[in-house]
Amino acid sequence: MIQIEGVKKIYQLGSVKVEALRGVSFQVHAGEFVAIQGPSGSGKSTLLYLLGCLDRPTSGRYMLEGTDVGVLDDDGLAFLRNKRVGFVFQTFNLLPRLTALKNVEVPLIYSGVAGDERRARAHAVLGAVGLLPRGGHRPRELSGGEQQRVAIARALVNRPAILLADEPTGNLDSRAAEEIMALFEELNRSGTTLLVVTHNPSVAERAGRILRLQDGLLAKDEMVQHPTSAGTPQGEA
Amino acid sequence: MNPLEALWAALEALAINKVRSTLTMLGVIIGVATVILMVALGQGARTYVTREFAQLGANVLIIQSGKTERSDGFTPSMTTARKLTYEDAVALKRRALFLEEVVPAIIGSAKVKHMNRSRDVIVQGVTPANQFLFRLSMEAGSFLTHQDVEARRQVVVLGPRVKRELFGEEASLGQIVTLADIRYRVIGVIRPRGVLLGFDFDDLVFIPVRTAQTLFGIKHIHQIRASVEAPAFIDQASDQIKAILSRRHGNQEDFHILSQGAVLSALTNVIDILTGLLAGIAGVSLLVGGIGIMNIMLVSVIERTKEIGLLKAVGARKRDILLQFLVEAMILSLIGGIIGIIIGVAGAGLIPFFFAKVPTEVPFWAILLAFTSSVAIGIFFGTYPARKASMLDPIAALRHE
Repeated sequence: MIQIEGVKKIYQLGSVKVEALRGVSFQVHAGEFVAIQGPSGSGKSTLLYLLGCLDRPTSGRYMLEGTDVGVLDDDGLAFLRNKRVGFVFQTFNLLPRLTALKNVEVPLIYSGVAGDERRARAHAVLGAVGLLPRGGHRPRELSGGEQQRVAIARALVNRPAILLADEPTGNLDSRAAEEIMALFEELNRSGTTLLVVTHNPSVAERAGRILRLQDGLLAKDEMVQHPTSAGTPQGEA
Repeated sequence: MNPLEALWAALEALAINKVRSTLTMLGVIIGVATVILMVALGQGARTYVTREFAQLGANVLIIQSGKTERSDGFTPSMTTARKLTYEDAVALKRRALFLEEVVPAIIGSAKVKHMNRSRDVIVQGVTPANQFLFRLSMEAGSFLTHQDVEARRQVVVLGPRVKRELFGEEASLGQIVTLADIRYRVIGVIRPRGVLLGFDFDDLVFIPVRTAQTLFGIKHIHQIRASVEAPAFIDQASDQIKAILSRRHGNQEDFHILSQGAVLSALTNVIDILTGLLAGIAGVSLLVGGIGIMNIMLVSVIERTKEIGLLKAVGARKRDILLQFLVEAMILSLIGGIIGIIIGVAGAGLIPFFFAKVPTEVPFWAILLAFTSSVAIGIFFGTYPARKASMLDPIAALRHE
């Protein structure tokens, strides 16, 4: 589903060239739950932004469901972000003036889904994350855990191929973090492909696979064996 | 994102900062209202002047001695020209079929006196037809008669102000006043008529034209006033006058014809220029209002950088963001424009109540112009901030705090 081959990302900061990624290759298959770890500055966030189609690699190839992301124009990237990739942020990034339900509807606005269908789909996915009763509340009336559930619902509303999360539990207390992780597990069990950047070892524990980045290179790619993991790598596709 | 979605999103965004949105609109409101007011005043003045002229006759022609025809009303030098005579007027009256009333006129000034009160006054020597030409109605007595003219009687008709200053509230009919120390009997007082042809009719006296010739010691007359049935006949009437008078003047066209139309068009030209000037100045304030919108939209783009980043992350394209911010700017300017139009039209309607002599009139094109220019202002000044928003790099925007 995801194929990364020799991906490099070089930023020009003034006169200094920063090599955030120096040639990373790996594959992710449908249904996997992958944790990405690494010290800050190792290139995790850069990798996640590339995977999330918010940016293009400087060199190397990124194939998402057979599409070469590197050759797409801005509108093409926007289309993938809208339909094929769901993004969850550490700071939730909900629109404060909209209700939870309306926040979930936002991606559908840009997919041209309107009216009753839009509301119905937002309803369904908000129900799936267990937050339907709170759908009429604005973000500031929700707890951190609830806000992150809304954000996850928003990321899932267009039924993306893959859900990307950047430190999704970083701003949550341990109980809320636990709930979010349980939700991730549940989503993964029902078939959602997950890629989570995290420092949290308990998150990594639940993943079926851990990618460890170091200085812009993939230092380690290991499978985790534990009974709750449903995501088992299927070998080369 | 369809435009209706953009409209709702924009309204929602604007509703968050109601005070700020209102203040931003204020610039456009003031600009549009002022433009409408200025145009209303100009248009009102134009209509007022046109109507006044029509009242005293756009169908009135003035024939004066002298060769050059000038539309600015200046009397050219008359050194070589034959002077107009009473008989010229009689000939026109008899033979120029397009003319309705023909009035030979002499204009001079003299000291008018009654008892111990005296003052200088404009004296017009005219014929009875002058009353019909200018639609004068009588406050008391009657206007001059043909017998008065033919017999060179020493009779006078007073303008209302002259009457009041000489006689106060007392009756003046049959009383004697002196003009240049010659005794005249008052036979009539006209009703107030205001300023016509540059003369304040309330402030002058009429005497028979023949009598005036004697008074001023001249054999000729100063001008012939003539009216045409309808303004449309002015050209034919002018041709007739030229033909008849030239024959009488030895085939010389040594006179000229002034028409009210020429004076009117000069006057309305001035009013139009002034209106354009005032509306232009008001238009500058509309422009300033537009800059206000641009300013607040730029602030808004910076404030909402993170939101823009998020929208892009969930799939908004550049043109979606562009549309959304452009629609916001257009709503600001459009609502501002509509409120401005309402205030402008209401203000134009109220002015005559407070300043009775200032007529206003809001033409439909002014409303249309105000409306379209406020939309144009929104597009013009909204494009830059909206483009800026749409060009934001999603990653940088998401990291923005």
